[in-house]
Amino acid sequence: MNYLDQFRDKEVVKGLAQRISSLTKGISKPLTFMEVCGTHTMAIYQYGLRSLLPPEVRLISGPGCPVCVTPNGYLDRAIALCRLPDLIITTFGDMLRVPGSSSSLMEERAKGADIRIVYSPLDAVQIAVKNPGKRVVFLGVGFETTAPTIAGSILTAKAQGLSNYFVLASHKTMPQPMAILSADPELSVDGYICPAHVSAIIGADAYRSLCQEYRVPCVVTGFEPTDVMQGVEMLVRQALSGESKVEIQYSRVVRWEGNAKAQAILAEVFTPFDADWRGIGTLPGSGLRIAEPYLAYDAELAIEVAVEELKEHQGCLCGEILKGKVAPFDCPLFGKSCTTESPVGACMVSSEGTCAAAYKYAR
Amino acid sequence: MCVGVPMQVISIEGDLAMTEVDGVKREANLMLLDQEVTVGDFVIIHAGFAISKLDQEDARETLALMREVFTPENMG
Repeated sequence: MNYLDQFRDKEVVKGLAQRISSLTKGISKPLTFMEVCGTHTMAIYQYGLRSLLPPEVRLISGPGCPVCVTPNGYLDRAIALCRLPDLIITTFGDMLRVPGSSSSLMEERAKGADIRIVYSPLDAVQIAVKNPGKRVVFLGVGFETTAPTIAGSILTAKAQGLSNYFVLASHKTMPQPMAILSADPELSVDGYICPAHVSAIIGADAYRSLCQEYRVPCVVTGFEPTDVMQGVEMLVRQALSGESKVEIQYSRVVRWEGNAKAQAILAEVFTPFDADWRGIGTLPGSGLRIAEPYLAYDAELAIEVAVEELKEHQGCLCGEILKGKVAPFDCPLFGKSCTTESPVGACMVSSEGTCAAAYKYAR
Repeated sequence: MCVGVPMQVISIEGDLAMTEVDGVKREANLMLLDQEVTVGDFVIIHAGFAISKLDQEDARETLALMREVFTPENMG
């Protein structure tokens, strides 16, 4: 036990819920807030926070699960790579069950492919050290929280003179998709619960232009249940007073300027490019690919492989769910042909996906 | 995927720290940090790296603010 456990105190959560209820009592139009981080989505379902909030406050999930927004084509390339001889795929566990066009890494592993789940990209570098005769590819998926750790692994591999470590990079960055969602007339978002650890890297200042341009309140919020409730309370106060500013609820970790060193390492190893987001499309400058001096570590360029033709999954509403337009229960596949045991779409596969969270906690 | 665990630094050697929380120990790489870290500090660990230091005084202030009883004055 340590004092940080107090951020999970049920009584404090309830007290904050009461404060929110009192503030919003009798307002004419319900307030809709979007969380844009899968870890928030999980926390909201896991602690049943929606059921504690009054009907005047609606929480919707956005495109904050990096596995979910990774397009099928990326998976298809990873699957093609894992079929090559003397090649080891290393990955965070979340990617294993995501279906590509016709297979998944899980299926390939059952057929004998060497696919290893690691806790840190540095573990993948170690695997490369221990297997000099094999090529080791790490699946670099994630937002700005994860991308610096992968940049760190590339710098470590370089410092160690390794020539058999590669990254298949598909990193995404915030807050570009939030601007797209804010500009969407079909969606009316009254405020954003901004990501916690992404903001530890990029800093809360990163949301200022979004906040000003779309006049939408932004609160950088921690992942514990009391944090989420306090973040919602701060959004409610802003929305009711007609304000739109950036605030930091998670001030014990997030600073306005972010983490300058991690930002510098990101800028050194990666370069922005127009990335493809599942369900949203191509967003200018919203992804990170490996920069010129480190191209030798780029699996896409360094390892030639034929990738199968892209096939999307019919009937799956992941794309609409990622934009917060449709709730998991509205999808005709949800809980029927698409379950956590046998997922069709990425939102059901990743433990942080909106559908997986809804399936696990809210059925 | 962006889950990060707050852990307390118990020893530091170069760019590597040993961290602990509730009896669980884990090595953390410090190369991404731009803040000075000493033994006793809490850091947020993500995928084997410390990505941020946790300001303990701020954490206590936040907790105090959350525990404030509801009164008409803090209706904002």
